[in-house]
Amino acid sequence: MALSAQQIPRWFNSIKLISVITAPQLRQCSQRAGKTLLCGFSAQPQMSSDNFFLQWGFKTYRTSSMWSGCQSANSGRQESNSARSTLLPSVNEQSQKTQKTPNFDSELSLEGLDDLPLLSPLQPVSEEEAVQIIAAPPLPPVSFTLRDYVDHSETLQNLVLLGLDLSKIEKQPDAANLLLRLDFEKDIKQILLFLKDLGIEDNQLGTFLTKNYAIFSEDLENLKTRVAYLQSKNFSKADIAQMVRKAPFLLSFSVERLDNRLGFFQKELQLTVKKTRDLVVRLPRLLTGSLEPVKENMKVYHLELGFKLNEIQHMITKIPKMLTANKRKLTETFDYVHNVMSIPHHVIVRFPQIFNTRLFKVKERHLFLTYLGRAQYDPAKPNYISLDKLVSMPDEIFCEEIAKASVRDFEKFLKTL
Amino acid sequence: MVRNPRVQPAPALGSVRLHPWNEVTTWPRPILGAASFIEERDPVCFFPVCGPTFTSLKVGVGHRLDAQASGVLVLGVGRGRRLLTDMYNAHLTKDYTVRGLLGKATDDFCEDGRLVEKTTYDHVTREKLDRILALIQGSHQKALVMYSSLDLQTQEAYEMAVRGLIRPTDKSPMLITGIRCLHFAPPEFLLEVQCMHETQKQLRRLVHEIGLELKTTALCSQVRRTRDGFFTLDDALLRTQWDLHSIQDAIQAAAPRVAAELEKSLRPEPGTQQLPGLGRPWDSKGPSSGLGLESCAGH
Repeated sequence: MALSAQQIPRWFNSIKLISVITAPQLRQCSQRAGKTLLCGFSAQPQMSSDNFFLQWGFKTYRTSSMWSGCQSANSGRQESNSARSTLLPSVNEQSQKTQKTPNFDSELSLEGLDDLPLLSPLQPVSEEEAVQIIAAPPLPPVSFTLRDYVDHSETLQNLVLLGLDLSKIEKQPDAANLLLRLDFEKDIKQILLFLKDLGIEDNQLGTFLTKNYAIFSEDLENLKTRVAYLQSKNFSKADIAQMVRKAPFLLSFSVERLDNRLGFFQKELQLTVKKTRDLVVRLPRLLTGSLEPVKENMKVYHLELGFKLNEIQHMITKIPKMLTANKRKLTETFDYVHNVMSIPHHVIVRFPQIFNTRLFKVKERHLFLTYLGRAQYDPAKPNYISLDKLVSMPDEIFCEEIAKASVRDFEKFLKTL
Repeated sequence: MVRNPRVQPAPALGSVRLHPWNEVTTWPRPILGAASFIEERDPVCFFPVCGPTFTSLKVGVGHRLDAQASGVLVLGVGRGRRLLTDMYNAHLTKDYTVRGLLGKATDDFCEDGRLVEKTTYDHVTREKLDRILALIQGSHQKALVMYSSLDLQTQEAYEMAVRGLIRPTDKSPMLITGIRCLHFAPPEFLLEVQCMHETQKQLRRLVHEIGLELKTTALCSQVRRTRDGFFTLDDALLRTQWDLHSIQDAIQAAAPRVAAELEKSLRPEPGTQQLPGLGRPWDSKGPSSGLGLESCAGH
């Protein structure tokens, strides 16, 4: 069919991986359809050919369905359907159609194509045939959501079953296109096996891939090199698995970049190799995030807040999150703790959790203790309340043990603030 | 017979596609069953494909509370936002506790503003303060009568004034219906103010003006709203109580009071001028939509 031949180049442009669907096959298929029509066979083939003609304008869905419909007539080719293309509709709907196998000629010459008369869409159809036409909406060529393609794409279905959240991925501009064009058997499976070998559990794969779907476009050899590099730096297998789980983008960084980052942390914080390793394993986000906030925070601690280097090292080994904290929040918290609560530096160094809590919590609890007369933060004096007990405990325990008051009193006090 | 392509029995799917995959890895069995599950369900409601069902909740706020103030803030959720306008038109009073500090004056009347003046305050006594407050209350009472467009010569208007039910009809500047001093310990003093149509900045300016009247200066260190209409501090939810169940309970607890109060305030009073907008039919709202409150501390 001349018309279907026109459709094919456009179809190829939109789908890269479909190499096996060649024009001759398609024409052969339509040739057969035309033949069956002319032969006046049973209703089923008639319907399928009518489908083809009625919807020739919608390139991907109907032409492909026609193709697979023809193929299913030859039972031997059924297995190959699934492996071929990701945008084809599920094979089932074709296998369910009990296609009567008409007597096709396996060899049809191409010259006969132009002689076949075209069936116009306005051709009258009998009632039973009309009822049997499955007129599902065709696949849209472009869409803003992956919902339209999930039904027909094996890759997407398997990814959803893995636990990937497509609704988050489709918000990224290029992610959806990437995922649609990937073939599950060839690309995705290799990388999934690699991740499983690394130590990521099945139920964690979903969250990992939702964050870093771009790992599918990485070369498997590169990924293996990066893991080998990390192992050469004496990170254990469990460590690497934990790091990759917490920071999904870790493996997308090249070896030089990883090297630079590890070197930066070692130099900047002047920690030993073992301590740097522990730090990075606890907070692998340091390796994947930007380095500017870390540099700025180091300056803040040193110059603005007045901590010495060994004090900063001690605090960071206890609470690595301090390196990536917000500068403004840090200064506000420190200002309140140091100036209003009058807590000296050496006490703050022993309890760096203060920098990890919200300021309003610290304020509320401090004001409550002052109101009760129990605000004693000097370790030398009696009734001393340590800072970590002040901030790290939930409200009930804080009220009962530290403030020796009931939670209701605390709530009433909060309403007077 | 029309076949819906989505409804497919599982074995066909397994036999065609997932078999090769299952042989390669020890992929969990449920994938076979789950695959049919995904086929049978309408993908429109399948969460990882379509995203969360509820993406937005419309919340409206009642009378404003600025960043340095704290206290009761009334919020309307969903259909309850309509009740917010009704509450606004009911012209109910609000209660504030205002803490003032004598001896300093700043440009924005707050403690952290730029210092403008420092004065002594030894001559200030409790009686002088009370006298000033009484003067303020009197002048505002006169303004209230003027804005309520009532003729005070009539008997009904007099009775309403005696009971304290005079309300302004429309927009008006800040009106103070009551002001008194709760605590006086120089340089600090604590006032309780009942007012309407106010902003917290005007309350701070009020403190500043009280200082000027006392021939010294004053600034405002804390403004706290203790009551907004019929919502008090007891009804308010703390930050730890900002979850679905507490909010639902609070809405349900407040709903009957809201309905009763709004009906009372919208009912036209006998003998007064009938204004358009009053006396319209009132439909009761269900407990699912309503007004809720929160108590928030200033920064």
